[in-house]
Amino acid sequence: MEASVLTPVWQGMGGLLHDALVTVEVTVAALALSCCVGLLVGIARLNPKNRIVYGVASTYVLFFRGTPLLVQLFLLFFDLPQFNIMLPAFTCGMIELGLYSGSYVSEIVRGAIQSIDNGQMEAARSMGMSYGQAMRIIILSQAVLRMVPPLGNEFIALIKNSALISLLTISDLMHEGQKIIAISYRSLEVYLAIALIYLVLTTIASQALRQIEKRLWVGGMVQ
Amino acid sequence: MSASEKTSQEKPMLEIRDLGKSFGSVRVLHDISLTVMPSQVVVIIGPSGSGKSTLLRCCNCLEIPQEGSITICDKGIVTDGVLLPEKELNALRMHVGMVFQSFNLFLHLSVLDNVAVGPRKLRGMSRAKAEELARSHLAKIGLAERVDAYPAMLSGGQKQRVAIARALAMETRVMLFDEPTFALDPELVGEVLQVMKALAAEGMTMIVVTHEMGFARDVADEVLVMDGTIIEHGTPQEIFSNPQHARTQSFLESILSPG
Repeated sequence: MEASVLTPVWQGMGGLLHDALVTVEVTVAALALSCCVGLLVGIARLNPKNRIVYGVASTYVLFFRGTPLLVQLFLLFFDLPQFNIMLPAFTCGMIELGLYSGSYVSEIVRGAIQSIDNGQMEAARSMGMSYGQAMRIIILSQAVLRMVPPLGNEFIALIKNSALISLLTISDLMHEGQKIIAISYRSLEVYLAIALIYLVLTTIASQALRQIEKRLWVGGMVQ
Repeated sequence: MSASEKTSQEKPMLEIRDLGKSFGSVRVLHDISLTVMPSQVVVIIGPSGSGKSTLLRCCNCLEIPQEGSITICDKGIVTDGVLLPEKELNALRMHVGMVFQSFNLFLHLSVLDNVAVGPRKLRGMSRAKAEELARSHLAKIGLAERVDAYPAMLSGGQKQRVAIARALAMETRVMLFDEPTFALDPELVGEVLQVMKALAAEGMTMIVVTHEMGFARDVADEVLVMDGTIIEHGTPQEIFSNPQHARTQSFLESILSPG
């Protein structure tokens, strides 16, 4: 059989799939970081009266949400070493994606919490719960449900944004694809193949979130 | 036992001294003093915007009054705007049950868990023990069969009864009712009032903000008429048959013969 236009793709498929795993790894690690940071910052931004906490959290959101991911990545990877802070490329990519996404997640968290009727907090507090207990046991348990759909968006954006870490010499899906193109000059086919693999990843992610959402729905939570 | 007899024997359950509360520049409450003895049922009536709910919400510090003091079970919870330390306040709140106009049941929890969550998380009970307690409280208000339902599946009257059970499952010594029948369809009002009457008969100390004059007449030991401050107080007999204050007279007229 003659070599078809897709030959470089088939030949490189093993490498592509292997490095898709790197994409998955960095995304999952970044997602965990993003959710932790987002939760803390989102709660910190609930009460402007606590000036220091609110100020720090708001500055974080201002910077990480307000500047390009690519610029942030380069700052962390190429310019932090000037201050003798050298992080491995993978760690850099993971932290940066996590912090960038965390700024969006914090707003999702804050919005979801603030959408819960204040009466829920009052009922919990008047029962004798501390603010922390009421937040954890009553408010967040309900708010999580409202976070899932926008978190799905954020998770998918994170998977796609992770393509940028290929610029930090990390051998992810995008990086591997570009290596194949450099050898074969078949950019259309290879980029289409890469797009397809990303599409599979994002589809799996959104389906997983749909399942989680279904599980979380109880009792038709509408008053 | 009448209210005056109790006064001579026991310490007050709740005592309010010279209370004042403003929202911004609006002075909602001023010069309020009130003593509630154990097992006493105090009903607060008055036109809307007269500060009834605010006064009630001050009693468990959902609102913080800037002036005066509130003492519950011999413990000062707030004095001139200064609150009891957070931990002690939370501990004291366990003794003060609150029933809201809009129920405020925990929407993500079943009826059983709504009642059991407090005992479990705050009174350190095991799940089994807390659920047993919850079941007994729910049986008492006639909702034993609905333990697995979620709040969204209940009628307004059922929701409010669950809210009462939820409050009682704590070590409640005073119950505060903030217009508990306000959001209910007329035919559901009775079932909630019945539960409240039974509670009063058992000797629960209650402060009730309501427009249900029938309930006030039948159950109250004392009726307070409010309009920014307590303008008149007395037995239901005194207030309803022989109101002294002109403001009370016009309010009672408007509410007893609407239109």
